[in-house]
Amino acid sequence: MAARRTPLNEAHRRLGGRMVEFAGWDMPVQYSSVIAEHEAVRTAVGLFDVSHMGEIEFTGPGALESANALITNDLSRCADGQAVYAGLLNDEGGFVDDVVAYRFSPERILIVVNAANKDKDFAWMQARAEGVKPVDRSDDFAQIAVQGPKAAGLVQRLTPVELSTIGTYRFSEGPVAGVPCIISRTGYTGEDGFELYCPPQQAEKLWDTLLQEGQAEGVKPCGLGARDSLRTEVKYPLYGNDIDDTHTPLEAGLGWICKFDKPGGFIGRDALLRQKNEGVKRKLVGFELTGSGIPRHGYPLLHEGQRVGEVTSGTMGPSVKRPIGMGYVPIALAAEGSTFEVEIRRRAVPAVVVKTPFWKKS
Amino acid sequence: MANVPSDLKYTKEHEWVRVSGSSAMVGVTDFAQQQLGDVVYVELPKEGDSFGASDEFGTLESVKAVSEIFAPLAGKVVKVNAALVESPDLINMDPYGDGWLIEIELADSKQTDGLLSAAQYEALLREGGE
Repeated sequence: MAARRTPLNEAHRRLGGRMVEFAGWDMPVQYSSVIAEHEAVRTAVGLFDVSHMGEIEFTGPGALESANALITNDLSRCADGQAVYAGLLNDEGGFVDDVVAYRFSPERILIVVNAANKDKDFAWMQARAEGVKPVDRSDDFAQIAVQGPKAAGLVQRLTPVELSTIGTYRFSEGPVAGVPCIISRTGYTGEDGFELYCPPQQAEKLWDTLLQEGQAEGVKPCGLGARDSLRTEVKYPLYGNDIDDTHTPLEAGLGWICKFDKPGGFIGRDALLRQKNEGVKRKLVGFELTGSGIPRHGYPLLHEGQRVGEVTSGTMGPSVKRPIGMGYVPIALAAEGSTFEVEIRRRAVPAVVVKTPFWKKS
Repeated sequence: MANVPSDLKYTKEHEWVRVSGSSAMVGVTDFAQQQLGDVVYVELPKEGDSFGASDEFGTLESVKAVSEIFAPLAGKVVKVNAALVESPDLINMDPYGDGWLIEIELADSKQTDGLLSAAQYEALLREGGE
């Protein structure tokens, strides 16, 4: 099957984007240089096409209750106009996906899911939702992430919506560059910024205007390469690498997205409580190499000659300028300062567990 | 469009070779560095190491990917570009100059016949749809 194209596909090609298949979509991995794009987001502003993400909606009386029972976080404790990061878990507590859930009102909830998981998630929600059933709205939205310290200044020039009233993980609705948008102060880079959801037909107008208007800020279109290095430096997990159906939020250090005392609980809660009582046996840690090399997904983690885990994500961090990685290790090796080795091309390269995020915005 | 200097020899693995007498300088092509993206880490052999033709002799890494590099010719490494340890981006900025990788003493100076000319290498890039 041919890879799907977002409404911005032609724009990416015009900009010289190098296209690769990702999660069944034809997406730009980079335009000019991953490092330059990464730096633009850390110091100015970058644009990402994230239209491949899926959007699943619950509407009508009981929408909140129905959606809330599926996710680990608690929409009942949110205000309208607030979003939460959450897990969808299986009965064993493993991740079906990690999502962002938007509360427009108790009668309208939008759950944004990973592209690779969209069909699986939708079927899972259909099967598990009691009361209001979800609708797959993915084809009704394009999504552009505007990320970086100069993102707010740029978007503000293009919208009458007062952005200073939209806090982190809050959202509003209004026109940007004349295009009706959900304006969400969220992202996957560790920087301030917005994710703009708009009708696909008008995505290119929004993209082009942001690029043109953003020249004053030094805007750059950014591909999946920079998206990955940016999120790795702040230890945001990537589904399929750092979290999956065999790893729980407690192991991933995401206990904070699980609201154990929320009314009605959530799927996977019992398994997590069991794991909590028995004690978590492995943890996702961030580490730095103290020898030379770059840790990569799948490389073995060694301790005293034994394989104790593997690298789930790793790169040469363009901002931290060090080789960094994440991986699950036995709890005895999870504390800051613990040491083990990463096997790189048959060499055991020493590594040390460090405080994360690796990079923090100033 | 990638730059392909006419005075060099090439391999299908996107390396260039500058043969002079019994020794040869080796690097990766402009096309290779474009494909690779920003090079952030380089692993090269030590002086004195010997390789057969097509043996893997090192690794170039970008933020996103790892690429092996293969010996274009059999021989012994006599010089390694030490500047790449601190500045791997020289490979991006000047692939045919300061971004060279190693110099080898050829095991057989007649074996260069198997290398591609600039015209042949350009044809290869065109076939690849570059």
